[in-house]
Amino acid sequence: MSVSPQDVEKVALLARLTISESDLPEVTERFARVLGLVDELNTIDTQDVVPMSNPHDMEQRLRPDAVTRSNEREALMASAPVQEQGYFLVPKVID
Amino acid sequence: MNWEIVMGLEVHLQLATQSKIFSGSSVQFGAAPNEQADAVDLGMPGMLPVLNEEAVRYAVKFGLGIGARIGDRSVFDRKNYFYPDLPKGYQVSQFFAPIVCEGMFEVPLEDGTLFPIRITRAHLEEDAGKSVHDLFQQETGIDLNRAGTPLLEIVTEPDFRSAEQAVAYLKALHSLVTYLGISDGNMSEGSMRCDINISLREKGSETLGTRTEIKNVNSFRFVERAIYSEYERQADILESGGTITQETRLYDAEQNVTRSMRSKEVANDYRYFPEPDLLPIVIDSDYIEAVRATLPELPGAKRTRFTSAYGLSEYDAALIVPNHAMADYFESVVQLCEAPKPAANWILGDLSGALNRNDVGVEESPITPERLAGLIVRIEDGTLSSKLAKQVFDAMWEGEGDTDEVIAARGLKQVSDSSELEAMVDEVIANSPDQVAQYLAADEAKRKKLSGFFVGQIMKASKGQANPQMLNALLLEKLQNQS
Repeated sequence: MSVSPQDVEKVALLARLTISESDLPEVTERFARVLGLVDELNTIDTQDVVPMSNPHDMEQRLRPDAVTRSNEREALMASAPVQEQGYFLVPKVID
Repeated sequence: MNWEIVMGLEVHLQLATQSKIFSGSSVQFGAAPNEQADAVDLGMPGMLPVLNEEAVRYAVKFGLGIGARIGDRSVFDRKNYFYPDLPKGYQVSQFFAPIVCEGMFEVPLEDGTLFPIRITRAHLEEDAGKSVHDLFQQETGIDLNRAGTPLLEIVTEPDFRSAEQAVAYLKALHSLVTYLGISDGNMSEGSMRCDINISLREKGSETLGTRTEIKNVNSFRFVERAIYSEYERQADILESGGTITQETRLYDAEQNVTRSMRSKEVANDYRYFPEPDLLPIVIDSDYIEAVRATLPELPGAKRTRFTSAYGLSEYDAALIVPNHAMADYFESVVQLCEAPKPAANWILGDLSGALNRNDVGVEESPITPERLAGLIVRIEDGTLSSKLAKQVFDAMWEGEGDTDEVIAARGLKQVSDSSELEAMVDEVIANSPDQVAQYLAADEAKRKKLSGFFVGQIMKASKGQANPQMLNALLLEKLQNQS
């Protein structure tokens, strides 16, 4: 499996990870090894196998539609670095 | 050049649950910021989602309402992107195996024909929070009350060729989901938001052009205007030899233009994978049949019944049926007065006018179905002329009681007593010798016009209460006898 350093940089950007210039060759190499393993798996015939979406062989349990939580803002905001007028504040987002 | 517009729509529909899709927080609209967001909604470490059964039921209801196949095993996936109002760094959605699979939705157009739209899929997902950009100088405020609100995203094939079709679809969809009771469909509160995928191609061409996506348009009128303005923009680019960039755009209603959303460009790679915190939703045929049994009569079937059982025109039925409350109101009135056509006329005319002027829904109408039926009964039995009926209607709107009470209090009864009418006609004729002479000297065509004078005088004398049909017949007879 060929992986370019640019592929790695793109994935790192999407995942908001910083990979230094000096680490890039090694990360690229490890990336390629993992994808090589995936390629190997892809050679197996899975024609009649139902895809497994979860390792637990169970169904989703559902909860009744009821409001069970009340206002917990004060407690939950206690650990926020910046907040004002009930809002969490983050650096200005420009769209 | 002659361009054809090709569009597909994605509607985000807020489901009318009490609590969120994965937590027990309330979804009520209008709370103070962050008062309806718990640790699950905030994506705190270690918090696990538990799926709301009502959200699943509503999704299935929708699927059955459009005759779609229901996924017997649907799976949640993580849609990964970073944005401050998405606390977990991913949105829980359904990508590979949605709960509602392909279906068909028949949209009634204004001329009464049905226009089929292919539904690609509809899937459950959680809403993100809200970013507030204008409240703070240096920062953006984040309100996570909306985070985790259950949404059904309804995706169509690129089957639309005009803005009118797109708006007709949205109106029909709005009608369907309110009939099903799965959403309040309130667009101004964001319960129904629309993304429009739009591209142009030369008329006659089979290949699709490059599309742009206009995000989050939240009114029927804006959808129409956003489409027109994006059509103009793309046509201008193509006609000057340029190419369309595939991108996400926002509609600015104030300037009536669409603008590129640069922040979404890099992030358009969501790396979906199955959500490990949730198990597959398994839906069997017993469950589907149990939900099917709860389906109400849907708008399409009701339109057909209103035209066949009540003799309404397609046009009237198409105006009454989409609004569930109005359809119920109509049927209540008809049950009481047994006069469907007058009922439809009053509801679509005076009642709708008054409701719109006062900005109230038909379910809060100060004139109840019983009272409107009572009014129609008094018109049908000849007690009220249509002119008097309008007076009674206005009085009922102002809360002056029911029809008979208003008639009694204002003395509005139509005079249909022939001896009383006769006396009035005789008096006016006796007092107007000149006009009588003029009438008798005139030819047939002119007489018709001249008789208006007498009708006016008699109506004045009766304070508008003379029965017009009887009055006309009597007057004609009496005038003939003068010669």
